[in-house]
Parts: sequence; C-alpha cells; structure tokens
Amino acid sequence: MSKLFVARNPRVAARSIDGEMMIMSGQDSTLFTLNRTATILWQSADGATPLEEIVEKKICTEFEVEPSSALADAEHLARELAGHQILQISETPIPQQSPLPGDKR
Amino acid sequence: MSEIERLGVIIEIGDMPVRVNTTDLDFLKLLQDRYNGYVNTSEHADIELDVEIATPDVDDPQDEVRVRYDSGRWSLCRWDFRAEWEPVERRGWIQQTSNPYSIDAVLRIIHSLVLARQGGFLLHSASAIRNGKAFLFAGVSEAGKTTISRLAPPDARLLTDEISYVRGRGDGFVAFGTPFTGELAKVGENVSAPIAELYLLAKGSENRIDRLAPAEATRALLANVLFFAKDEELVRAVFHSAFEFVSRVPVSRLTFVPDDRVWELIG
Repeated sequence: MSKLFVARNPRVAARSIDGEMMIMSGQDSTLFTLNRTATILWQSADGATPLEEIVEKKICTEFEVEPSSALADAEHLARELAGHQILQISETPIPQQSPLPGDKR
Repeated sequence: MSEIERLGVIIEIGDMPVRVNTTDLDFLKLLQDRYNGYVNTSEHADIELDVEIATPDVDDPQDEVRVRYDSGRWSLCRWDFRAEWEPVERRGWIQQTSNPYSIDAVLRIIHSLVLARQGGFLLHSASAIRNGKAFLFAGVSEAGKTTISRLAPPDARLLTDEISYVRGRGDGFVAFGTPFTGELAKVGENVSAPIAELYLLAKGSENRIDRLAPAEATRALLANVLFFAKDEELVRAVFHSAFEFVSRVPVSRLTFVPDDRVWELIG
C-alpha cells in the first residue's frame, strides 16, 4: 500500500474556537465544522508527514482504536475533506504553500 | 467644473462618503430623497460612482446578483443594472434605469467589498441604539427583525430594520445607521454607537435571553453576514472578522413574545 500525504489547502479560512475547528471555503463560503478526528488530521496535515504516521502518533494515541482500521477511516476522511477542497492529498509529499498574497480588492 | 461634477451628490453611510455623479436631474432628486439623512454636504468623497441612466446592457439577465473580480476590476451585474468598481482608483460606473433599487444594491455591494478589507461587514439584522449602546437583532426573514423594530420604545434610535453596518473600531465594533430598509420601509437614523450585544431572534412564548457558546455564536453570525462576492481573499477576511466580533461582542438568543415588553430586557 502506497503512502498518502495530506496538506491543508491554503485557499480556505480556518479558525479554532472553543475547541471546534471551523473552516470556510473561500470559493463558495460553505462553512464546515470539523469533528475531533478531522481536527487532528487538519492540524497535522503538513504535507510531509505520511498519513500512516499521523494516525499512529496522533489519532491512535488520542482514541483507543486499532491502527489498521484507524488508518482506513483516516484515509476515507482525508479523501472526503479533499473532496470539499479542505485538504490536499497526494502519494508524494506536498510542498506547503502560503496563503495567496493579498491585493487591493 | 464639468456637468457630471455639478450633478453629484455625496451619500455617506458608515463613515464612507460616496459621490454619485449623474447627468440626469430627476435621478439626482430621486437620490436626494431616497438617501435623505445620509446626504453629505462636504466636498470630500472616498469613492466616486458615475451613473449612466439607460437600460442596462446585461447578457443573460438574472435575479441573483453576480459579482466577479478580474484584472483589478469588479463587475457587478443583475437583471436591472450593470456596474464596475475599481478599488485601487476608488471609482465605479453604473448603468441602470432611473430607479432607487438598482443604486441601492450597488451601494450595498461596494460597501460590503470595501468593508471586508477594513474588518467590517454588513449583517442581515435590525439594529438600534439605546442608552448610548447599539444592539443588533439578527435573523432570517420572519425571524422578527421588523417586529422588534416596530416595538422599539421612543428612546431607542433605529439604525435599520434590515441590514446593519458593522465596523471594527478600537477594541470593539461599532454599528452605523443605514438607509437600507426592509419591510418597515423606514430609513435608519444616521448615527452610530459601540455594539453592546448581538441577539439572534426567535419568537416564543416568553421573553428570555440565553447566551450562546462562542462556536454556536460564530456559526450564527456567519450565517447572517451579507457577502456577495465569490472571492477567496475577501471571504477569508470576512470569516476572520466574524471571529473577532464573537471574541469581543456577546452573542445571545433573544426569544420573545411579540409585544413591547421585550424591550425591558434590552439596554
């Protein structure tokens, strides 16, 4: 099984409030509230750490879950978040981009 | 001085003076009547808008406004107007027939675009000042914005019954009066005050106020922000302004019986 890398999409807006991570699509203003697992995934999605390692070090230590099923769930979640343009996923490391530079709109 | 300059009127909403230029005297009078209370007699304007009175040349006319940014220029379009706005030059152009609704929509959109960069936003809410403090009453249609506005006591100064003008200032946020009206069709007073509380309206069998947790407050606030452009940078700016607002202004649910006793809880 090939490795999967995840990175935060720099084109969304994200803030944590009261322990809840909220993300808004810059394209259509859709608001997402992430659950605890998705929040861990989002916060760990640096584009360089394989998903398997995030699951092992961050998710399995937080929840009492069996690593292989946790990885399958995390992969499913990562693909779902990528479908909403919240995360980027790739089988190779993803260079982290800065948010788009501002102009005088 | 050109003909266009002589027929200009400055409309100042939210501390932002906008000069609207027209060559049509009837339209000028219409503007002066429509924005009575917001017409500024000074010479200074932050923004210049030239209005061409003509049937708008709109491809694929639609009820919903379309706001697009391309090559330094915003294009605003609806079935009844076509407009362009150049934020760097702070100039715009509107093509519309002689009616108050089209210019009203264009002004709302331009204010929302400019405000987004300045830490503010337009909110779908009524607002009023009482005892020197502003209170906002947000909610979708039928939530009670018109009702709460109509029930306001004589000492409350109505800022708007439909669209509140919110701007970050110092450590807090300030609400300004707007001429943007809803069902009440009453232009708000051109005054401002620091915002003391945002209420989310709900009609019920008793009058009560329940403070919302920050996350719920943020979701509710964002659901009521009026923003017309599908633009990543400005959407991000408004998103972060909403979080700043919730961190500085209490947000509560105001459940109320539709009679004037509800105002005993406010102010």
